[in-house]
Amino acid sequence: MNSNTSNADTSNSETMTPWSRDQMAQRCAQDITDGSYVNLGIGMPEKVAQYVPKGREVIYHTENGLLGMGPEPTPEEYDPDLINAGKKAVTAVAGAAFFHHADSFSMIRGKHIDVCILGAMQVSKDGDLANWSTGAPDAIPAVGGAMDLVAGVKIIYIITQHTTKTGEPKIVDKCTYPLTGQAVVNRIYTDLAVIDVTNEGLALTELAPGVTFDYVQERTAAPLIDYTK
Amino acid sequence: MIDKKVSSPAAAVADIFDGATVMIGGFGEAGSPIELIHALIDQGAKNLTVINNNTGSGHVGLAALIENKQVGKMICSFPRTAGSMVFPELYRAGQIELELVPQGTLAERIRSGGAGIPAFYTPTSVGTPLAEGKESREFDGVTYVMERAIKADFALIKSTKADRYGNLIFNKTARNFAPIMAMAADITIVQTKSYVEIGDIDPETVMSPGIFINRIVEVTNPQQESKLVKEGVCYP
Repeated sequence: MNSNTSNADTSNSETMTPWSRDQMAQRCAQDITDGSYVNLGIGMPEKVAQYVPKGREVIYHTENGLLGMGPEPTPEEYDPDLINAGKKAVTAVAGAAFFHHADSFSMIRGKHIDVCILGAMQVSKDGDLANWSTGAPDAIPAVGGAMDLVAGVKIIYIITQHTTKTGEPKIVDKCTYPLTGQAVVNRIYTDLAVIDVTNEGLALTELAPGVTFDYVQERTAAPLIDYTK
Repeated sequence: MIDKKVSSPAAAVADIFDGATVMIGGFGEAGSPIELIHALIDQGAKNLTVINNNTGSGHVGLAALIENKQVGKMICSFPRTAGSMVFPELYRAGQIELELVPQGTLAERIRSGGAGIPAFYTPTSVGTPLAEGKESREFDGVTYVMERAIKADFALIKSTKADRYGNLIFNKTARNFAPIMAMAADITIVQTKSYVEIGDIDPETVMSPGIFINRIVEVTNPQQESKLVKEGVCYP
């Protein structure tokens, strides 16, 4: 599972340009439709907001009690009582609303939020997601709102590197890490490809420039269906 | 005459007993009633079960209460926020118990506790380790997990405005768990930045109705947790 392995795709590795983190966020942002209520996970998902195409009105939900989350505050705007789920200082846009936690999770669990974008440790071919714990005995378990989000939000997009830092596939037949939710993921955006979770299996719909289907399949521990043709 | 005002944080928390269950408002530092927590540290009640979304940061507020060995068990969704060193150390040493609850389930368990609902079914956590050992049931072809309500002996929360009936106004995302914790505790204690006359709060803007509130302490200049953490302050 590393790019130096001799095989049919080595000729492509020179012209291959996997998507950068910003390009992944940019690609994901294309799929956020006008008028959506969106919840962004901590980390790479937060980047998506800056790439939503102009002209689309999107309202960001943060589960600690705000609809209409805006960008980072200026020093004058800063208020320690105005933070996002990652506990970073944010602003509230015109038309924003504040509410308490039970209302906030009613929006989530009650299927009122349209899209949630999260990171992943593993995604299975059936759309199971593991993103909260490695299950290691010395780890401090922490789940936050992830299980509620995947159980309640209408569309779950995952944005993640295709493999781990050591080259292990993150898209697998069956998750080995503890699950966040079962059959919850709709689409995966990686540095190599865009993959839909369908009833027929994992459908690869787009490839990063110069990347081949076989190259992605070799780095995926579950069968992919080629939908690029 | 109804007057819920109490003279000081110390007087407000004086009867919190050993072994009590205490809900503490706040999400990170937003809404954390730091002066009430510090008064509870001074008071010294032990073996508390504390319900909060997190476990505090640095060595002030909730983290200091835990560091002072007053908490036997934490019920929370995210115990390892950046800057929280106290809880992880005690947890690894087996000196504090943890009940990990998904954040929305935690909120709904608290809300239910205050609303007279003993249990409910939720789709959250189905098929995960957090559903293990819990009763589950199918409704309309979908599996749900049963979760029990949580009630508390005391709740400590923070507001920006309060009148003597206990009607409250919160600031921005500092509201978070406060209104539902206020409902779920036998005795709800509020520290408020501004104590106002009856009638000064427009009834249309009340965020937490006074019926849920028992004691109010005015703390006009509350300390800011992140600032104390940055300065390296340790309480006491």
